Amino acid sequence: MLLNIKNLHVSINGKEILRGFNLGVNNGEVHAIMGPNGTGKSTLAAAITGREGYEITSGEIIYKGQNINNQSPDIRANEGIFLSFQYPVEIPGVSITNFMRTALNAKREFEGLPAIKAGDFLKKMEEKKKLVDIQSKLTNRSVNEGFSGGEKKKNEIFQMAMLEPTLAILDETDSGLDIDALKVVANGVNALRSDKNAFIIITHYQRLLDYIVPDFVHVMFDGKIVKSGGKGLAIELEKRGYDWIKDQMANR
Amino acid sequence: MGLSKNKYFPLELSILKHYNDNHNGIYNSCHPKVKETRDSAIVQFENIRLPLTNSEKWRSTNLQDLYELEYLMGDEKPVFDKHINEIFQCNVRGFDTNVFSMLNGWYYNSNTQQIHTLDDGVIIGSILAAQKAFPELISKYFNEIASPSTHGLLAANAAVFTDGIFIYVPDNVESKKAVQLINMVNRDSNIMINSRNLVILGQNSSLSFLHCDDSINQHPAFLVTNTEVFLGENAKLDLYKLQNLNNWSTLANSTFVQQESNSKLKINVLTFNGGIIRNEFNIDLIGEGADADVSGIYLMDKKQHVDNQVMLKHSAPNCTSNEMFKGVLDESASAVFNGYIYVARDAQKTLAFQKNANILMTNEARIDSMPFLEIYADDVKCSHGATVGQLDKDALFYLMQRGISESDAKLLLMYAFVTEVTGKIMIEPLKVSIDDMVKKRLRGDLSICDKCVLHCSTPDIPIEFEIDLSKI
Repeated sequence: MLLNIKNLHVSINGKEILRGFNLGVNNGEVHAIMGPNGTGKSTLAAAITGREGYEITSGEIIYKGQNINNQSPDIRANEGIFLSFQYPVEIPGVSITNFMRTALNAKREFEGLPAIKAGDFLKKMEEKKKLVDIQSKLTNRSVNEGFSGGEKKKNEIFQMAMLEPTLAILDETDSGLDIDALKVVANGVNALRSDKNAFIIITHYQRLLDYIVPDFVHVMFDGKIVKSGGKGLAIELEKRGYDWIKDQMANR
Repeated sequence: MGLSKNKYFPLELSILKHYNDNHNGIYNSCHPKVKETRDSAIVQFENIRLPLTNSEKWRSTNLQDLYELEYLMGDEKPVFDKHINEIFQCNVRGFDTNVFSMLNGWYYNSNTQQIHTLDDGVIIGSILAAQKAFPELISKYFNEIASPSTHGLLAANAAVFTDGIFIYVPDNVESKKAVQLINMVNRDSNIMINSRNLVILGQNSSLSFLHCDDSINQHPAFLVTNTEVFLGENAKLDLYKLQNLNNWSTLANSTFVQQESNSKLKINVLTFNGGIIRNEFNIDLIGEGADADVSGIYLMDKKQHVDNQVMLKHSAPNCTSNEMFKGVLDESASAVFNGYIYVARDAQKTLAFQKNANILMTNEARIDSMPFLEIYADDVKCSHGATVGQLDKDALFYLMQRGISESDAKLLLMYAFVTEVTGKIMIEPLKVSIDDMVKKRLRGDLSICDKCVLHCSTPDIPIEFEIDLSKI
C-alpha cells in the first residue's frame, strides 16, 4: 500500500480537527475526498505534507512502508508527495523557472542523480507547459505573482507535471476555475495518471469528478471518513447534498 | 550637555591637535574657500563635539567607544610604488570602468598628474589639485551644501580632511564609461581617514559613478567621507555605493546633493559588511521637475550595525522622489532607518514615496525604523511604510513542499526580498555581479571579504540558485 493512514488525530492550537481518520491508497488509484466545509479536508492535506502547526496527537501516516509522522516537508516532497495548494502562495522575486529548477534538482540530488542539464530542463519545461496550456511568458514571472485564479491552479498542475510525484493531493483545485480551465486542469491530471502513482482529490463539489473519474469516493464529516463508495456516491451527494449523511450520523 | 561632554575624548584631542599642527602649514596653501571652511569648521567642532547618543539623530548609533581609542590622523601621503591592480583586483566581466583610487585618504595614481581629462570629457582627480586647476569651481561649489555644523564628525571632516576626489562633468558632456572610485584602507595601525569629495554635473550632462569603500586588511579604521554633489539642469547621475569593510571598521559617510530642474538622481547603496556604517543622504530638490531615487540594501550579521539617514527635501514644485531601503539582519546585527521627507510650501504636485522593509532572522537582531513626513504644501502625494518581519511562513512551506530544503528555501526568500532593490541597478554587468554578491553574502561565504566586493562577485560561472548551493 502506498499510503496508509491509521486512526489519525491532528490538532491545531490544541483544537482537535482530525478525529480518528483512516485511509488506504494503492498505486494507480484515485480517491476523492468530499465533505462540507470545516470537516478537516485541508487539515488532512497539511498533515500528510508535514505542515508546521498541525500536531499529530495519535495515529500513524505510513507512506511507502515508513512512518512519516515526524518527517520534514521537503523530505516528504522528495519522496514523491505533492500538494496542489488550495491557495497557491505568491513569491515575488523568485521566477518559476528558477523555482522549478531548484526543486527538480533537489529531488534529483535526493535520488542520487546529478543536476539536470540546462537544455534538458528547458525541454522538459516546454513539454509540461503544453500539458496545461501555460503561456511561455508566465514562467518567466515570479511565482504566482499577479496570476489570475485560473493561472495559479494551472501553475500548480504544471509543477506537478514537472516533479512527477508518486502521491499527489489536489486541495480544492477546482475552486475558482471556469469550465474551460477546469477541463485543462483535469486533462493535465488525467495525462499524468498511471499505475505507478495515486491521487487524492479533495473537493467540495462533484463537478471536477466528471472529468477526473475517481475509483473511490469518501465523505468526510467531523474529522473522519463516514461513508465510502464508488464514483456513484459523488453523484448522489451532488443530488442530495450532505444533510442526509449528517442525518445518518445522528441516527447512528 | 552630559558630563562626558566636558572632558575631551582622545579622538577629539587628536582631531584638534591635527588641525593645530597643520593650520599654519599646509592648510595655508589651500584655496581661500577651503581654508575658510577649515577654520570655521574647527570652531564649530569645538562647540558641538563628536556626536553622542543623547542627540536624537544618533540615538541608536553609539560611537563613543571609538572616541576613546588612539588613531593615527592624516597619514603621510603614500608613495606610489604599486599599480592599483597589484593591491586590488577589480574585474567585473563586461563592465569597463575608469578606475581611480584613494589609499589611506590620499588620491592614489601612478601618474604624477593629479587631474585628468578622460576621453569622453569628464574631468577627474584629486580635490587638492582641483583647488589650483579649477579655483573658480571651488569658489562656487565647495562647502555650499555640506553643512559641517550638522554634527561633530562632519565638522571635523571639514576641518582636517586630507584629500578627496573631484569630478567635473562639463555642460552637455555625457560620460560613456562609468567612473569607479575605490576607497581603500591599508595601514597596520588604527587610522582615521577624513576625505572630502566634490562632484559637479553641468547642464545636460550624465555620469555613472561607482563608489566602493573597502578594507584590504583587518585593522580597525575610522573613515569619514563627505561628498557634495551638484546636478545642473537635465543632468543625470547614477551613483552606486558599495560598502564592504572589515568588522572592526567604522564608516561615516555623508552625501549632500542639490538638484536643479529636471535633473535625475539614482542612488543605490549596497551595504554588505562593516563594523559600524552610517550613511547620511541630504538631497535638496531645488529645481522644478527634479527626480531622486534613493534605494539601498543592507545584509548584516554578527554584531554589525548600519544606520541609513535619508533627508529628502522638496523645495520646488513637480518633483518626485522615491526611497526604498531593504535589509536582512541576522544574528545580533542591528540597523537604523531614518527617512525624512520635507515638502516646502511652494512644492506643489510633489510625489514622494518611502519604504523600509526588514527581515529579522533572529530574536537578537534589531531594527529602528523611523519615517518622518513634514509637509507644508497642500497638493502633494506622499506615502511611507515600514515593515519588520520574519520570512513568510506560508512561502517557506510552499517552497519546502516542492522539495527545497529549509535552509535553501530561506536563502531563496531572502534573495527574492532584496531583488526589488538590486533590480534597479541600471548597468547590467554590475547588476549580475551584485546579484552574485548578494547570493554569496546570504549564503555566508562572504562574511568578510578582503578584496573588492566586485572582485568577489566575478565567478567564472554565475551563481544560480539550484538545489545544492554549497556545491556551486
